[in-house]
Amino acid sequence: MATAATAHHDEHPYGIMRWLCTTNHKDIGTLYLWFAFIMFFVGGAMAMVIRAELFQPGLQVVDPHFFNQMTTLHALVMIFGAVMPAFVGLANWQIPMMIGAPDMALPRLNNWSFWLLPFAATLLLGGLFAPGGGPAAGWTIYPPLSVQGGMGTDFTILAIHTLGISSVLGALNIIATILNMRAPGLTLMKMPLFVWTWLITAYLLLAVMPVLAGVVTMLLTDRHFGTHFFDPAGGGDPVLFQHVFWFFGHPEVYILILPAFGVISQILPTFSRKPLFGYDSMVYATGSIAFLSFVVWAHHMFTVGLPTAGELFFMYMTMLIAVPTGVKVFNWVSTMWRGSMTFETPMLFAIGFVFLFTIGGLSGLMLAIVPADFQYHDTYFVVAHFHYVLFSGSIMAIMGAVYYWLPKWTGNMYNEAQGKWHFWLTAIFFNITFFPQHFLGLAGMPRRIPDYALQFTEFNVWSSIGAFGLGLTQLLFLYIVVRTIRGGKKATDRVWEGAHGLEWTLPSPPPYHTFATPPKVD
Amino acid sequence: MTDPLAKSNKRLVGILSLITLAMLGFGFALVPLYDLFCDVTGLNGKTGVADAKAVEASRVDTSRWVTVEFTSQVNGLAWEFRPMQNKIRVHPGEAALVKYYAHNRGLETAAGNAVPSVSPGEAAAHFKKVQCFCFTRQELKAGESREMPVQFLVEYDLPKEVKTLTLSYVFFNADKTQAMTNKDEESNASPG
Repeated sequence: MATAATAHHDEHPYGIMRWLCTTNHKDIGTLYLWFAFIMFFVGGAMAMVIRAELFQPGLQVVDPHFFNQMTTLHALVMIFGAVMPAFVGLANWQIPMMIGAPDMALPRLNNWSFWLLPFAATLLLGGLFAPGGGPAAGWTIYPPLSVQGGMGTDFTILAIHTLGISSVLGALNIIATILNMRAPGLTLMKMPLFVWTWLITAYLLLAVMPVLAGVVTMLLTDRHFGTHFFDPAGGGDPVLFQHVFWFFGHPEVYILILPAFGVISQILPTFSRKPLFGYDSMVYATGSIAFLSFVVWAHHMFTVGLPTAGELFFMYMTMLIAVPTGVKVFNWVSTMWRGSMTFETPMLFAIGFVFLFTIGGLSGLMLAIVPADFQYHDTYFVVAHFHYVLFSGSIMAIMGAVYYWLPKWTGNMYNEAQGKWHFWLTAIFFNITFFPQHFLGLAGMPRRIPDYALQFTEFNVWSSIGAFGLGLTQLLFLYIVVRTIRGGKKATDRVWEGAHGLEWTLPSPPPYHTFATPPKVD
Repeated sequence: MTDPLAKSNKRLVGILSLITLAMLGFGFALVPLYDLFCDVTGLNGKTGVADAKAVEASRVDTSRWVTVEFTSQVNGLAWEFRPMQNKIRVHPGEAALVKYYAHNRGLETAAGNAVPSVSPGEAAAHFKKVQCFCFTRQELKAGESREMPVQFLVEYDLPKEVKTLTLSYVFFNADKTQAMTNKDEESNASPG
């Protein structure tokens, strides 16, 4: 595909001003991805502190208050700083190229959405240096504990506001781009699945980020302006916070995983050399998951004393989500079935995703069963569950996406042997870290506690060793990415022989401006 | 960028921004909705109020007994606060009067608000208070003590499976409702 880009169009300012003022979707995508990468290491370092403390029973490395700040910030940094910006970065890079658009619909807004993030991250992490330290009430910042916290909690609330504005603006932009700027002939039901999952995710963001902004604002006014939203003394109710928070929180879980579903649905057909099995059902399954995500929030709060009818309703609704999710998993497996598969690094991450995410999905079903949840609630079983869906789900999908598209972005192939090492070390250390946590949780080890009973020692030692290995392995990822950017074997335009889609018709690396004249899609 | 595209982008972003604002409003609207939902269903231990006429008009189911237990807690006040009887037996539909005892052990005058809660939740809607010290702010001078009456009615149509109800009061500091900072002041005087 010839692009209409002239030499003039390819010029861009150099130095810091290029990045501060850029309105180019590729530059902004790069900024988002680097920001996410940095936050991934910041959040990872916090996880190392947690695992170092839990290496042995007793208190040896940090004091319990700092430990609580680490668990709280690890979650907030990873969710809002690493996974969400990484997916927005992928969307920025890929969506215009996949739908044949010259750029995002609102390029200036796009610049602002990104540049809000460093300020939000500074606020969030700055809390650590405030009197009383950072937020320590857990990432869910439940009152009354979060009403009592120090200034760090206010920092966190304002950081959440800023992050929320950034996500909402990003989502607006993505919806406008997808709905208004597709190449002629590219109907909705012909869009690549990554674009579909992002369209639905963007709607989820618009629907729930404002609710989160509202609930943390109530927390802020409860803390400082004498309101009693969550204070029973003034007629409020702390359980109300949990309802509103999880009304945001459960769709948020799907915000974190739906784009990953999209990535996997791009990678698996490429390396199976077959079209995606059940494209239409994939789209409908994504839509159903998004819809159901609004009616399951109380499964996070089965133990607050819901009426039996409420517990049954939320239990059945939650189990219903297994149906569209199952459709997806079976479609992925059917895509691979009798394909002529090869196992390059992106494919390894995709298969690893299908395998490990399914384990996380099944432990989620166990947690959905009300009487069982009373036993598992707030134990390490929950920790194991959400790391199986968030690390081996979202993050491994992001890693797969980076390996899949990095040759397109940089024009250079990454080192395949190193990529495979990265995958295998990540997958093995991930399982050493988190698989034993299932057993710890079933045996009753509570989460968010810096000390534990002696009988939990052995599994915690495994878990800590796995975590240190997992953390070190990610330095290899950084090394591979930097080396690929700086050079390496030249990538072809198509990069992968089984790749289909508009982005592969562009040169590698693509020129600064692409698809100034829209391509024709039949 | 062509003009019609800019125009349709503008319109779409306008609509999407309205959705965002509406959802922000919805987040705040959940607060009154939640209270309404709890009032209607009686979930969350929210109790109702009945007037003296309703008591007189009420039918009494003498064929069964319900045990009503009483507990108490204090939050942010240097008060002793306890029910003067741990439990009583009543017939559904029959009004009863019990007393709580409050004593200010602190060195200053203090005021409190008592917040009631009834469990199990499905029974809360059938628990009506006719007269209660929790309706108003209570002030106690240093060293002062007072008996605080509650007149209540367990409704005639209380579900048959409910045999025991628990009425709990938490006395919060009325002047310093977020008084969680001063843990030393907290006392807990639940009956043994």
